[in-house]
Amino acid sequence: MSDSDRVFNIINNICLGIVFILVVYPIYFIVIASFSDPNYVSQGNVWLVPMGANLEGYKSIFKDPVILTGYKNSIVYTSVGTFINITVTILAGYALSRKDLVGRNAFMFLFTFTMFFSGGLIPTYLVVRKLGLINKIWALVLPNALSVYYLIIARTFFISNIPEELREAAVIDGCTNTRFFVSVVLPLSKAIVSVLSLFYAVVHWNSFFNAMIYIRDEDKYPLQFILRGILLENEMRESMTQTIGDASDIQNKADMIKYGVIIVASLPVLIAYPFAQRYFIKGMMIGSIKG
Amino acid sequence: MSKLNPVNLPGITNKRSGKKTFQKIIRNYDLYIFLLPAVAYIIIFHYVPMYGVQIAFKEFIATKGILGSPWIGGEHFRRFFNSYQFWRLIKNTLGLSVYQLVAGFPLPIILALMLNSVNNNSFKKLVQTTTYAPYFISTVVLVSMMLIFLSPRSGLVNKIIELFGGTAINFMAKPKLFKTLYVLSGIWQNTGWNAIIYVAALSAIDPELHTAAIVDGASRFKRIIYIDLPGIAPTIIILLILNIGHIMSIGFEKVYLMQNDLNITSSEVISTYVYKVGLGGNSLYGLPNYGYSAAVGLFNSVINFAFLLVTNKLSKIFSETSLW
Repeated sequence: MSDSDRVFNIINNICLGIVFILVVYPIYFIVIASFSDPNYVSQGNVWLVPMGANLEGYKSIFKDPVILTGYKNSIVYTSVGTFINITVTILAGYALSRKDLVGRNAFMFLFTFTMFFSGGLIPTYLVVRKLGLINKIWALVLPNALSVYYLIIARTFFISNIPEELREAAVIDGCTNTRFFVSVVLPLSKAIVSVLSLFYAVVHWNSFFNAMIYIRDEDKYPLQFILRGILLENEMRESMTQTIGDASDIQNKADMIKYGVIIVASLPVLIAYPFAQRYFIKGMMIGSIKG
Repeated sequence: MSKLNPVNLPGITNKRSGKKTFQKIIRNYDLYIFLLPAVAYIIIFHYVPMYGVQIAFKEFIATKGILGSPWIGGEHFRRFFNSYQFWRLIKNTLGLSVYQLVAGFPLPIILALMLNSVNNNSFKKLVQTTTYAPYFISTVVLVSMMLIFLSPRSGLVNKIIELFGGTAINFMAKPKLFKTLYVLSGIWQNTGWNAIIYVAALSAIDPELHTAAIVDGASRFKRIIYIDLPGIAPTIIILLILNIGHIMSIGFEKVYLMQNDLNITSSEVISTYVYKVGLGGNSLYGLPNYGYSAAVGLFNSVINFAFLLVTNKLSKIFSETSLW
């Protein structure tokens, strides 16, 4: 290795080290702040390790009925939504992967055109309202039952992973499309099903916009929408602050809950992340191969 | 006398292939059942709204519905083009996305090239895995983190400024800083994720090119410029087209969450305006008006679509790479 390459390597590694710290530190800070005494945090004394170990924030969070209901709602919406997404995407993705499907190109055009042109917010809202979905869970899962981008990923996966010979052999044995799909294609599709489930689930878990326009009752709000209230509009729930004294104390307490809520809300994704991350890369790879 | 040869008559050939096609459809009838949910979805939630976008040209009256409401031509569009908001919205929307594109687009490429040059595999994996983690953080949490770190009272950034003798800045209240905050937080959240596709493209480059270049005495840096970059150029162009095609469709969620009364002059973009005039019930813009809101949304979609067509065409001419 030449000297210039050695210098290059050192600079490269230092730069990546800085990138690493810039990405990790904000997340790390929220974690330690959520376990620290809020007074230390607001004075700027907490930098590297938690100070004045404190679980008050978490206690308030887990006592709050609104947050707990939101958590439960989000779990339901995410499960139901992801199930619908996967069913619709995998079935259509497989059908579109078949070269002998008459009208395949027309169907592909029908789908891909929507990636580039849409009716917009109000016309979509009017359709949802017309269908009577307002204030129902269906308003959160049906208007985004399918992502065309993930449909294309699924189709690409089937084209490159289900050999044509396999199907021809099955056809000679008198196997129908449905039977072939259920007993041959599905068992070979675990990778794509897990990748897309994760993608879809994260989208459902993180979304708040549809809830904002379609859901009216507080007891149906998903977690992210409740978070918006707590985190951004400083709408502290009465039950959380009633025991506190002066104003800055209330503010500190509010911060404390913010840190904790951020952790609690991101927890499912954080827990799934180490297990799921290799699938995420796999998914991106499948998507980057042109179908 | 080929005219009389029945085999060459178009009618007969068509009939035959028509019959064959029909048989194919019958044989694969279950594939169409597989497609049914997706097609029903795309028609109901995408094509029906495209049809419903005609309210942009109508005075929408709830009791009469979309079809029954009277036509008013381009009245909503005239109102939008003449409103004092128009140029401000265009300026904010374009400004924000151009800023984001210029600052944010090259970084994933650079990160991918850097990651690709790392010799130590576990270090590479560590950096890659952590840099794309923020992608999965929700917008609500991301904006809250910004508020926490930038808070003039207790935010870490202001603590550092004070440490060096400066005075605390109320970042979120400054219209001038809005775009920079938006772009920087976007870079923090998305660079690692967007780099994955380039890392994948880089791994597809033939290693023999590198081996040959090393034999010729090319430095690591030279090899990046002359082997790696050209190798991922088609990927770069495709993504650039897609990005420019979406230049007017700045995402709603983050802008909306970052907005407050103090920064609104530079933070109002078309998508937030569409929401507010249509559903928001914001006193600033009067009563919700579906027709007007749909018109502004349609204007935005058409501009976007035009951008996409033009960039795709240009790219076809100059680089022979295109979306379709």
